[in-house]
Amino acid sequence: MITTLLYSLTGLILFAMGLFTLIVHSHPLRKILAVNVMSTGVFLILVATAYTPLGQGEIDPVPHAMVLTGIVVSVSITALALILACRVQETSNLDLLEKSKQSKARKESGA
Amino acid sequence: MIFLHADTPAWMLFPIVLPLIAGLLCFLFSRRTFVIALAAVLANFLVVCLLIYQLLVFGSMRCHMGGWQPPLGISLRTDGPALLMLLMTAVTGLAITLYARGYFSYRIFDPPRAGRHQRQQRFFWPLWMLLLAGLNGLFLSNDIFNIYVTLELIGISAASLAALSGKPASQLASFRYLLISLLGSLTYLLGIVFLYRSCGVLDLDLLQNLSNNGPGVRAALALMSVGLLLKTALFPLHFWLPPAHANALAPVSAILSALVVKGSFYLLFRFWFEIFPSTITTPALNFMGTLGAAAILWGAIQAMRQHRLKLMVAYSTVSQLGYLFIAFPLARVDGSAQLWSIVIFMALAHSCAKSAMFMVAGTVFLHLGHDRIKDLSGVRATLPITVFAYGIAGVSLMGLPPSGAFIAKWMLLSSSLASSQWWWALVVMSGSLLAMIYVFRVMSRFFVIPEGVSFIRPAPFSPLLEWPALALALISLFLGLVAPWPLHILSQGSTALAQSFPGGLP
Repeated sequence: MITTLLYSLTGLILFAMGLFTLIVHSHPLRKILAVNVMSTGVFLILVATAYTPLGQGEIDPVPHAMVLTGIVVSVSITALALILACRVQETSNLDLLEKSKQSKARKESGA
Repeated sequence: MIFLHADTPAWMLFPIVLPLIAGLLCFLFSRRTFVIALAAVLANFLVVCLLIYQLLVFGSMRCHMGGWQPPLGISLRTDGPALLMLLMTAVTGLAITLYARGYFSYRIFDPPRAGRHQRQQRFFWPLWMLLLAGLNGLFLSNDIFNIYVTLELIGISAASLAALSGKPASQLASFRYLLISLLGSLTYLLGIVFLYRSCGVLDLDLLQNLSNNGPGVRAALALMSVGLLLKTALFPLHFWLPPAHANALAPVSAILSALVVKGSFYLLFRFWFEIFPSTITTPALNFMGTLGAAAILWGAIQAMRQHRLKLMVAYSTVSQLGYLFIAFPLARVDGSAQLWSIVIFMALAHSCAKSAMFMVAGTVFLHLGHDRIKDLSGVRATLPITVFAYGIAGVSLMGLPPSGAFIAKWMLLSSSLASSQWWWALVVMSGSLLAMIYVFRVMSRFFVIPEGVSFIRPAPFSPLLEWPALALALISLFLGLVAPWPLHILSQGSTALAQSFPGGLP
């Protein structure tokens, strides 16, 4: 029982960390990674759910099927999001990381 | 070997399988995409009509995929609300398919960008078919995890469709849209995990019968609701909608605004009032109603302030979605039967009117090359049918009789007054007034013809650019006259809805 709880709590913490990064950081790649961390958290909780009836020596297969489906969906969405992020960078010259670096450098040189 | 009789449940597979196959074929045969898509949409419409006939004759149906029974297998089911949403998707989808043909064939005549428009068209059809398959799956599915998969299908194809126009603004908007829809479905998935932990089943019928009311179910419902609200773009979570919908190609905007947001709303409504009614508390209902009221007012005010026609129509979607949520706090009094009819009417009318309006905006944009509201004068002289369609769709958005939205608003008003919650009635009426302002603001521009300006005749364009919008606008206008018919379908095949409707209809 304690194992399940531990894994579930870790999953929840991962979900919360991912959510925080998704909201706070503006760089597209960070956002995509944050979403991936969130989905890993959810999958961890699902796997922990399957582990519950350990005493009877059987493991629930349904959450495993759900995790597999979820992983497939998450991989394909990550690919799509990466392509879109590349396109955004190409067409709009919106290199957020570079811009913030430049502005910082300018500030420092100005000071 | 399956023999398909009129009463075979396997018919309900066709709305999912047909568009999926058509989408694949569109990838393979890039020359005949329109014919394939049109055939799929027409067949889809006929099958939905057959399913409605089935429902009226044989009642609600279940189809267990591969013969596996519910605790393990996935099942599909048809009932009144699901079939009406399917019908809405089929009709709007048919009109949008025809309009998209006209739109792309007009744009391909534009020589400097012909290659780009051909490419857009090539990707539009398969993605649209995939989206249609996802939507039909969402309405038919009876398994909570299967619904997650259809939500992701819809999210992927909708975000790619929104990026099709290729403008930097639309790519940024669709990237954001993809992330938001991913966030929404992840939250929904976390909700499923909680639900599975506390109930152990995924089938909606079994969940409904369990009527578990523990903290796990409450947390699950909260998580799933937040995820679905994010996808439905209710007021504080609507920030992604206007840029994504306004920067897309016109047929895509029509699809996104008329169909995609309705899918997640339908799920939310079903969960709250059919699957977990015992978990819902009055403060939660009032909270949703308050958000809906804020959405109506905020969306309408923003719509009045916009300078571009498409952005105005997109904000009007935010406002109209609010009406769907104002119905929530009235549940305590009326029960779910009246509530379903309000919500379904609102959704049907809004779907037809809003897609007509986006089509009009697209045609005006093609014709003038911009959609700045203050430079729209004189469009009436060159595009009379389009302006007529805009007017009729506007009447439906304002909720004047005999439109379907009028019936829905009438029922909202009467039930909010009957339950002595008059403040909701006030919001509904002021929302209609504000809608009138933003619709007429554009309408008056259409009719102003500055003196001394002679208009060149527009380049000849396909009638497909104008007539689908008018047809949809007229459907939404006359929906009110055939009101008993959808209500009859709605009351079929569901025990909760079988009670007779109160005679509040005008």
